[in-house]
Amino acid sequence: MIQATALTKRYGPRLAVDQADFTVAPGKVTGFLGPNGAGKSTTMRMILGLDRPSSGSVTINGVPYHRLAAPLREVGALLDAKAVHGGRTAYNHLLVLAKANGLPRGRVDAVIDLVGLHSVAKKRSGGFSLGMGQRLGIAAALLGDPGILMFDEPVNGLDPEGILWIRNLMKALAAEGRTVFVSSHLMSEMALTADHLVVIGLGKILADEPMADFIAKNSVSYVRVRSPQMADLGPKLASRGWRIEPQPDASVHVFDAQPAQIGDVAGTAGLWLHELTLVQSSLEEAFMRLTAGSVEYHAGQTGDAGLAGGQRVPDGTAMPGWGTPVPQEIQNSQVKERTQ
Amino acid sequence: MIEVKDLVKKYGDTTAVDHLSFAVEPGRITGFLGPNGAGKSTTMRLILGLDRPTSGNALIDGKPYRDLRDPLRYVGALLEARAVHGGRSAFNHLLYLAQTQGVPKKRVSEVLDLVGLSAVAGKRTKGFSLGMGQRLGIAAALLGDPEILILDEPVNGLDPEGVLWIRQLLKALASDGRTIFVSSHLMNEMAVTADHLIVIGRGKLQADMPVGQFIAQFSDTAVLVRTPHADSFRAAVGERGWSVANTNDAGALIVTGSTAPQIGELAAERGLVLHELTPQKASLEEAYMELTRESGEFAHRSAPVLGGSDGRA
Amino acid sequence: MAARDSVLTPTTMQAAGTGHAHFGRLLLAEWTKIRSVRSTYWSLIALIIAFLFFSWLFPYLTVSNWKQATPTQQANLIEDPIGSIMSSGLFVGQLAVAILGVMVTASEYSTGMIRSTLLASPHRVRMLAAKSIVFALLILVIGEVIAFAGFFIGRQTFKSLLTVNLSSGDVRQVFGVGLYLGMLGLFSLVLGSLIRHVAGAITGIVALLLVISNLIQLIPGRVGKYLYTYEPTNAGFAIIGKRLPDNFLISSWEGYGVFAAWTALLWALAAYLLVRRDA
Repeated sequence: MIQATALTKRYGPRLAVDQADFTVAPGKVTGFLGPNGAGKSTTMRMILGLDRPSSGSVTINGVPYHRLAAPLREVGALLDAKAVHGGRTAYNHLLVLAKANGLPRGRVDAVIDLVGLHSVAKKRSGGFSLGMGQRLGIAAALLGDPGILMFDEPVNGLDPEGILWIRNLMKALAAEGRTVFVSSHLMSEMALTADHLVVIGLGKILADEPMADFIAKNSVSYVRVRSPQMADLGPKLASRGWRIEPQPDASVHVFDAQPAQIGDVAGTAGLWLHELTLVQSSLEEAFMRLTAGSVEYHAGQTGDAGLAGGQRVPDGTAMPGWGTPVPQEIQNSQVKERTQ
Repeated sequence: MIEVKDLVKKYGDTTAVDHLSFAVEPGRITGFLGPNGAGKSTTMRLILGLDRPTSGNALIDGKPYRDLRDPLRYVGALLEARAVHGGRSAFNHLLYLAQTQGVPKKRVSEVLDLVGLSAVAGKRTKGFSLGMGQRLGIAAALLGDPEILILDEPVNGLDPEGVLWIRQLLKALASDGRTIFVSSHLMNEMAVTADHLIVIGRGKLQADMPVGQFIAQFSDTAVLVRTPHADSFRAAVGERGWSVANTNDAGALIVTGSTAPQIGELAAERGLVLHELTPQKASLEEAYMELTRESGEFAHRSAPVLGGSDGRA
Repeated sequence: MAARDSVLTPTTMQAAGTGHAHFGRLLLAEWTKIRSVRSTYWSLIALIIAFLFFSWLFPYLTVSNWKQATPTQQANLIEDPIGSIMSSGLFVGQLAVAILGVMVTASEYSTGMIRSTLLASPHRVRMLAAKSIVFALLILVIGEVIAFAGFFIGRQTFKSLLTVNLSSGDVRQVFGVGLYLGMLGLFSLVLGSLIRHVAGAITGIVALLLVISNLIQLIPGRVGKYLYTYEPTNAGFAIIGKRLPDNFLISSWEGYGVFAAWTALLWALAAYLLVRRDA
């Protein structure tokens, strides 16, 4: 369990993290989202005691990180995959960490097997690819068998199998009752991984809620209906006061209704259905909607990355520059079927 | 149009690219997939004339890259490896490239604006974050207003807005009739970006087909059904020889061996009300994993551990 | 077409016309590259300061210690004052040029910049030629300016002791500074392109200039004289000498020709490898 209370970090006049309150609970994967410069890294560094909060506090199982007796046994973190001495072998890197934290040598073999670095354990990590470095970082995070795990952009540099592997790993760790806190820029990846979301923008917590609630709150949903007897079905649905939008592909979008209600109407009338699907926005769309809605955030994003220019729309361009709100037609193309 | 013909690249004993042939057509986004070490980056470097093929050739509009005049006006490329001198400012980096192609200075400011780097144009690139470096690389690729874009892992290090922006940009450019060739490891990103896929493994071509066909070919189709008459529905479906399975989600059933319209018509005939009837699309990721499993060409690494789920959604 | 007009705003592109990649563009581009990194400025400032300082220091020490000098030393100085002014400035100044020359090419490999460079100029030999011309000319011009500045500083410092005149025969010694530095810059640039590694190439050129060129004299007999004479930097350095050492077998201009021939040979090799090797 990670708990932040009125957590604030000030760099000179700039508030990197502003009165943040959130809780990362065990037993689920919590995604930590926000644009560059929103305060994600600063928050993670404060959780790990690398930076000191200007005010407020953040605790791990009720205790600040620097007071933990054996930190690696309580928290494992993957922050920067390349924070490894390149001249040391993967095995020795882990052994040094294990020794420093009073962990048995057997743990080193265990985590090396776990992340699949067995064949290169005796090689110097300087020659590792980004993906292998990432696996080594994950091995280090798992070394102390900690109850809390933090991953910063874990899929960076991994190939498709690696991405699938780490997603399953995080889910499995959460299923074992551990606390898993993961930051990512990849909404499509987060949508498949996280159960709960903490969204930060301009240092403020914009959302802290289950994934499904977040999407439901920040999205439009409708029901896609296909039927060979739409001429009969359409008026029946319209007469219920539901808004109906016929689509070019012969399907119909029904707003303000639940699929079950539509199914009941069709079933009662004995009409055939070829499809009855609840369509919800993607996490990405919901995220963009939330952050775009925060005007202050857009005007003022001059964070770490120093990319204020990204908020400008080049004059006379129909294609928006970086960071402008998503045009409707693109949003629509992103709406995906809800899969179970 | 990019054409790769019987391309081979050997490094000593290792064959990185093994008799590879494919074409990247204009007007659509072609995704280039494969595991680490499959030869993607090498293939891109061969197309761009950075490496010499051992045999075979890679042509841009019928010519090798090295024979193009003002190549940046034909082809914009973003390589995964860093390709800037950290001591030079972003502006000067682009200015140098522009001057080699006779592209006016004004264009440099324009592309810097486009990728949102105007505020740091005069700063040395040494201090750039991964995302900013990526934006600079994209600016360089767009500098010559090229008909062909070759991008290696373009969303690497970008924030969510950047990811969305580059996807919109690529779609706009493709619909404008340009040729877009993008490699990525992010299947879920590719699924919403690419129209066509080229998949390689160990330097050999594994698949070259539209995304929809790829997913259909390498996955099973299934339909998710909710109905208040579950028992009668199961019986009816069983009579037809289709199979039904429960899901984790109570009340939802998965029917395989049939299509949504067939199921809808069956339900209507039997007077069964449906509360949901959703064709399940397999994800690109699942299809990709299925292909790599089938082809057996790919080095399989450790399977998921800790006794977790098996990765199938 | 809306996307095209907006995304890539080809208005500016059309203004550019569709000319072919002519060599002038490559020269301009390489000039931009050279002037836009700080290492160029630091190296050139080091060259100028070192050269001018030593052009003053050697004559100054000579004048103040004239009485202690041996008759041979005094005779040598009186015979060739210009050579001693120039060589004292050059001895240190040349290191700045050598290191900068190496950096101009080798740093492209260590930073990855070479990929951008070759994507923009896939005709690699033309790119190398443009880079060579721009850099060699830059060093030549700066070399000539500091040579004459150093000459006047040295002449002023020597004034109380002897009058240094710039006769037509001695002009070569002053102009030779720029010629030598320009060729050395080119030689180093080529070495950087061959070795493709900043630290390795700097080690190589510095070892050649400071160690090998001198150690080679220790080899006895005719072979030693040949090796000494035809070592590229020794051969080139002869351009600023009046009376050359006894073990130097050829004339000043011939020596410079040997240096130029070495440079041309390595340049051809670098061009060949640049085209052959994967970037």
